[in-house]
Amino acid sequence: MNSHDDELIKKLNLTAVKIRKHIIEMLYRAKSGHPGGSLSAVDAIVTLYFHHMKHNPKKPGDPNRDRFILSKGHAAPTLYAVLAECGYFDLKELKRLREINCMLQGHPVSQHIPGVEASTGSLGHGLSFANGAALAGKLDKKKYNVYVMLGDGETDEGQIWEAASAASHYKLDNLTGMLDRNFLQIDGHTEDVLRLESVRERWSSFGWNVIEIDGHDMQQIANAFHGTDGHEKQPSMVILNTVKGKGVSFMENNVDFHGVPPNELEYKIAMEELDVLQRKLEDAQ
Amino acid sequence: MSKEMVNPRIAYGETLIELGKKHPNLVVLDADLSKSTKTIMFAKKYPNRFFEMGIAEANMISTAAGLASCGKIVFASTFAVFATGRVYDQIRMDVAYSNANVKIFATHGGISVGKDGASHQMIEDIALMRVLPNMMVFAPSDATQTRRIVECMASNYGPMYARVGRANAPLIYKKDDLKEVKIGKGIIIEDGDDISIIACGTMVDHALDARKLLLKEGIKTRVVDMYSIKPIDKKLILKCAKETNAIITTEEHSIIGGLGSVVSEILAEEECPCKFKRMGIRDIFCESGEPKDLFAKYGLSANHVVKTVKKMMK
Ligand SMILES: Cc1ncc(C[n+]2csc(CCOP(=O)(O)OP(=O)(O)O)c2C)c(N)n1
Ligand SMILES: [Mg+2]
Repeated sequence: MNSHDDELIKKLNLTAVKIRKHIIEMLYRAKSGHPGGSLSAVDAIVTLYFHHMKHNPKKPGDPNRDRFILSKGHAAPTLYAVLAECGYFDLKELKRLREINCMLQGHPVSQHIPGVEASTGSLGHGLSFANGAALAGKLDKKKYNVYVMLGDGETDEGQIWEAASAASHYKLDNLTGMLDRNFLQIDGHTEDVLRLESVRERWSSFGWNVIEIDGHDMQQIANAFHGTDGHEKQPSMVILNTVKGKGVSFMENNVDFHGVPPNELEYKIAMEELDVLQRKLEDAQ
Repeated sequence: MSKEMVNPRIAYGETLIELGKKHPNLVVLDADLSKSTKTIMFAKKYPNRFFEMGIAEANMISTAAGLASCGKIVFASTFAVFATGRVYDQIRMDVAYSNANVKIFATHGGISVGKDGASHQMIEDIALMRVLPNMMVFAPSDATQTRRIVECMASNYGPMYARVGRANAPLIYKKDDLKEVKIGKGIIIEDGDDISIIACGTMVDHALDARKLLLKEGIKTRVVDMYSIKPIDKKLILKCAKETNAIITTEEHSIIGGLGSVVSEILAEEECPCKFKRMGIRDIFCESGEPKDLFAKYGLSANHVVKTVKKMMK
């Protein structure tokens, strides 16, 4: 790793902490929402928006933009915080998540929120939608790439596997899937609810190029996207091994924080922990 | 005198080809039924703009929305059962809620599907589609009108659903007859001041047959082709309520939630009471059989329309 990379990774890690603080803040204010899956998704989404993707917050409708689709729509706070930090809309909007007469709906809406590509929240649709955007890119001979994040529990849905077949059938090498492999859904551990393993073999047997990485390691994430962009004739799936609730000790690997926001005490502790992490990162050389 | 029969599905296929030329951004998707829905005609002409999605309807609808998000006019076709009920959530989220430029064109709507039986006879699709915000709903009555509706669907923005039947259908309009098709408008095909029959789809032809039989007995019915079910021609409905003694709706659909429901809702809310009767499938699943036998058994033949009109005249 050279020093340029070091700087970049440090910047991305700091941004990720900032996003995590936004998430905790938003959910605490909204008194509802999904901390666990929002926190596990942060690092990959931050790497996409602050390093990897071609996009311009001033031109959200640019036909040549790369596209990111958040199929696991309950992680909306992560997407909103990232879009706001990029400048798609005012950071002030974050304070009013889930309130009446406000832009930021509980789950992403493409029509009214700049930068949101697809309306999600009903799990299982996003990969198909991403296929559509990728097919259009091929048809129009455009260079953009399409990225789509799935929850691991989400892949219980049959439609995911319809879409998995279609993406490889149409050789959508402009498509990169990101599987937030945090091993938890609502009713418990993914392997107890409805066995997913072997995830790797499943996707590769559907004709996908599969890469498995630490989903909280910015360097590995950046390298993975670089690799999938160059991969030809197959769609790629990046299995992000993640921790649900990542960054807040008592939320980590805790299924109870799937859809329950922090109370006042939990909020304070969570923010303190993230502040400590932020200072540590800032001080690190 | 025998009627000229044309299949609305063929009209759909032919129109898609014409539209493909006019709109370079038009694409077509199908779910392993392109030979039946006739999207195969487009596929042959424009192979790179046709996407075979396999027997995976949910994926087809969400993919259609993804294509639409990149500026495509997307037609997605399969049988009416699979095009609506099977993929309701995909339509709700990705098409209606997202206000996507996706056109769901379904064939094999209604009981005239015939021998395949109730599993394939979709009688709830209009109800399902019309409750979705943003969604427009059409049920053309013959091949000529199908052409015009498909053109309207391509040239106007927004989520739309249209359904035609499987069978050949008598031509109601000559090929160049029909310049008047507009979203939100109905057509008075034949005028009369005794009773209005407001019909859609195949039932328009049955209503016209009934009209002829009734004329012999001196009863003058007005036959309205209400091909645009949402938005609907409210003015025309109220005009019928005022100018004729009663309104009958008739449709190849459940009496719950379809054309009859729309008309009754309008009549009730506008305090425009007139005698009113819905004809349709009376909240049951039907069965296998020849279309004409099914219409006879389930109360949707021209004779049933005649009987209903006479009862209302009393
Ligand atoms: C079709 C559908 N069924 C159920 C739900 C309710 N739900 C919301 S999140 C969730 C669990 C998702 O688990 P996973 O995909 O693993 O997400 P993560 O762990 O990243 O939060 C469920 C069942 C939904 N949103 N959509
Ligand atoms: Mg999970």
